[in-house]
Amino acid sequence: MRAIGIVLAGGNNHRMRELSQKRAVCAMPVAGSYRSIDFTLSNMTNSHIQKVAVLTQYNARSLNEHLSSSKWWDFGRKQGGLYVLTPTVTSDNSNWYRGTADAIYQNLSFLKNSHEPYVVVASGDCVYKMDFNRLLEYHIEKKADITIVCREMEPGTEVERFGTIRMNEDYRVEEYEEKPLQAKTNTVSCGIYVLRRRQLIEMIEKCAEEDRYDFVRDVLIRYRGLKRIFGYKIRDYWRNIASVEDYFQTNMDFLKPEIRKYFFNEYPDIYSKVDDLPPAKYNVGSRVRNSLVSSGCIINGEVENSVIFKNSYIGNNCVIRNSIILNNVYIGDNSYIDNCIVESRGTICVNSRFVGESGKIRIVVEKNERYTM
Amino acid sequence: MIKKEMIAMLLAGGQGSRLGVLTSKMAKPAVAFGGKYRIIDFPLSNCINSGVDTVGVLTQYRPLKLNSHIGIGIPWDLDRNIGGVSVLPPYEKSTNSEWYTGTANAIYQNMEYMESHNPDYVLILSGDHIYKMDYEIMLDFHKANHAEVTIAVMPVPIEEASRFGIMITDENKRITEFEEKPAHPRSNLASMGIYIFNWKTLKEALLAMAEQPALDFGKHIIPYCHQQGAPLYTYEYTGYWKDVGTLSSYWQANMELIDIVPEFNLYEEYWKIYTKSESLPPQFLSSDSVVERSIIGEGSSIYGQVYSSVIGCNVTIGAGTVIRDSIIMNQAQIGAGCQIEKAIVAEEVRIGNNVKLGVGEERENETAPHIYNSGLVTIGEKSVIPDGVSVGKNSVVFGVTAVDDYENFYLASGKTLIKAGE
Repeated sequence: MRAIGIVLAGGNNHRMRELSQKRAVCAMPVAGSYRSIDFTLSNMTNSHIQKVAVLTQYNARSLNEHLSSSKWWDFGRKQGGLYVLTPTVTSDNSNWYRGTADAIYQNLSFLKNSHEPYVVVASGDCVYKMDFNRLLEYHIEKKADITIVCREMEPGTEVERFGTIRMNEDYRVEEYEEKPLQAKTNTVSCGIYVLRRRQLIEMIEKCAEEDRYDFVRDVLIRYRGLKRIFGYKIRDYWRNIASVEDYFQTNMDFLKPEIRKYFFNEYPDIYSKVDDLPPAKYNVGSRVRNSLVSSGCIINGEVENSVIFKNSYIGNNCVIRNSIILNNVYIGDNSYIDNCIVESRGTICVNSRFVGESGKIRIVVEKNERYTM
Repeated sequence: MIKKEMIAMLLAGGQGSRLGVLTSKMAKPAVAFGGKYRIIDFPLSNCINSGVDTVGVLTQYRPLKLNSHIGIGIPWDLDRNIGGVSVLPPYEKSTNSEWYTGTANAIYQNMEYMESHNPDYVLILSGDHIYKMDYEIMLDFHKANHAEVTIAVMPVPIEEASRFGIMITDENKRITEFEEKPAHPRSNLASMGIYIFNWKTLKEALLAMAEQPALDFGKHIIPYCHQQGAPLYTYEYTGYWKDVGTLSSYWQANMELIDIVPEFNLYEEYWKIYTKSESLPPQFLSSDSVVERSIIGEGSSIYGQVYSSVIGCNVTIGAGTVIRDSIIMNQAQIGAGCQIEKAIVAEEVRIGNNVKLGVGEERENETAPHIYNSGLVTIGEKSVIPDGVSVGKNSVVFGVTAVDDYENFYLASGKTLIKAGE
């Protein structure tokens, strides 16, 4: 194999509001039965990248649980493996990861002890499918030092919250602006990079010497004139989960037939941890329209334009519309939920009513005693 | 070498001919059940949930599906450094190579496997029942009574007792007599085909009876142990237990899963049933779909109406199709505008548009009325049914069929249409 993988999964995002209170963004449940990191991990295993490090920090516990076995992504082999690297106190370091570059620096031995010539660095909070072998071939063909995966966003996208890229006709990156006040292009970085392993070690060591910690600011932007940095344009589906609105929309995208076909039916597959749940059950009175329902759910009421994650219970005469019900939620009888995200393991009392105002999704965190209901 | 207190031997080699075309390409324990499971998942899950982590699975009849399903036992956590699951097919010996000729003969031929684990107790199971049972409690009972053999029994209605092996016990549950399928039963305690033997007792009985043709537990081994004066006890089980040996009982047991609170509850957290999951995506129900009183597996897409049915994984049901009281197994594709009633549609079947299954009057099946009855329509694995045809009740279709195979787009009730090679 020619490359190893590094998944950046340590970040928090205050734009996820309450949803990131108890979990890392990379552990956010997506599309009924996945978590956001599954997409990057599956892409890596499907591209025959066998040795992958996941750098975690913020709310690492939620991810550790999901990554407790590498077998779901077929990483548990004699060659390679899945390495979950959390900050640790050593004789010469007692810091948290102070940035993405620092996170890699603190685990530099992972890079140094590998023999593969290339590294794919990817963030773990994106929903996409990608063959990293083709990216690698492009990188080699362009004789690039760094290749950045980028995508032209649809007009109207708020590109100011991404890194924007301007390239020349040969796709060489001429300008890279991180979260610009006013974007000059519609092309954004997807947070996926490929570079030579030795090149990365060299750059990261240089950063550390100068007390610089951020991969984008201190490597990509600083080196953009000095090194051959190229963009690799993708046109397929790619979404980054950075805010509640993105998250909501990404899940709702899976109600579109072409998106379901692309992710669920077309090769290669996306893998996730298997939970051994029984089939979903629909009792008398259930009316489910244009919705996704996952295993282990029991539905007694009405569900429309919604995504119901695993193991949830929807009571009699409930109406759930335009909402996302996360894992293991109990919704008592006669409840009405519209335009909401119901946080996992929640218990909603009978006769409840939760409605998100139009344009602003309401996050419902209800912790009632389930067994007295 | 770590000693195992109890190992299980799971008999999974039988054809189960009364399941008709469902078992023409796979052994009965491999037949799909309850949307995403296979029958063997129930005893295997019981084993691991009871702390029995060494299981020999004896296969013989068409084992391919079973082998690929079991693999190295990962779904049941039976991939162990020591023990775990071992698939045990019949094998060639330097002298008298033979198939497994009876239940106990199959165990006898795997004496070496049991010797290698040197257990105190051996649990004998069959791979064709749907139930949840804690074998550890049964073992405690076995030990408390200083029994050499304990047979799990369940009370059955006395009028049905003549179909079973019946145990007659004293007040301490010790077996005094037993009768195999008696005409006039004197008790209603039927053997469930689940035995715990002291390994020494079992070994001695198997060696003593080795020459008996078609060596069977009920007919030979249990009577032998009884004659030798070994203490035999019954362990009474009163929970849900279903023999799914016939198409009608198989259909019935599936239908029982869709009750509001089914007697056999798959949703209990503390006794999970494990299976090999091939699919992960959630299921999609379209704007025009209606689903009531049904269970549906992962990855299925429903555009039509489903009532009182059990639907497997990765099934597609077209718009305008109405399904009632049916079992649709994994990866079946059903077109638009169909009407399907009381049908068993096996895995990977393709049904065209505007097909009707289960129409017309009930008439006895012409080739195998003892298999195809109760008004069910059975469609065998990987069959293809062309657009616009109708199929009557008590009928069976197997193989890739075209319009020419039907008389005027119609297969009357009681007809058998088998186009597969064998």
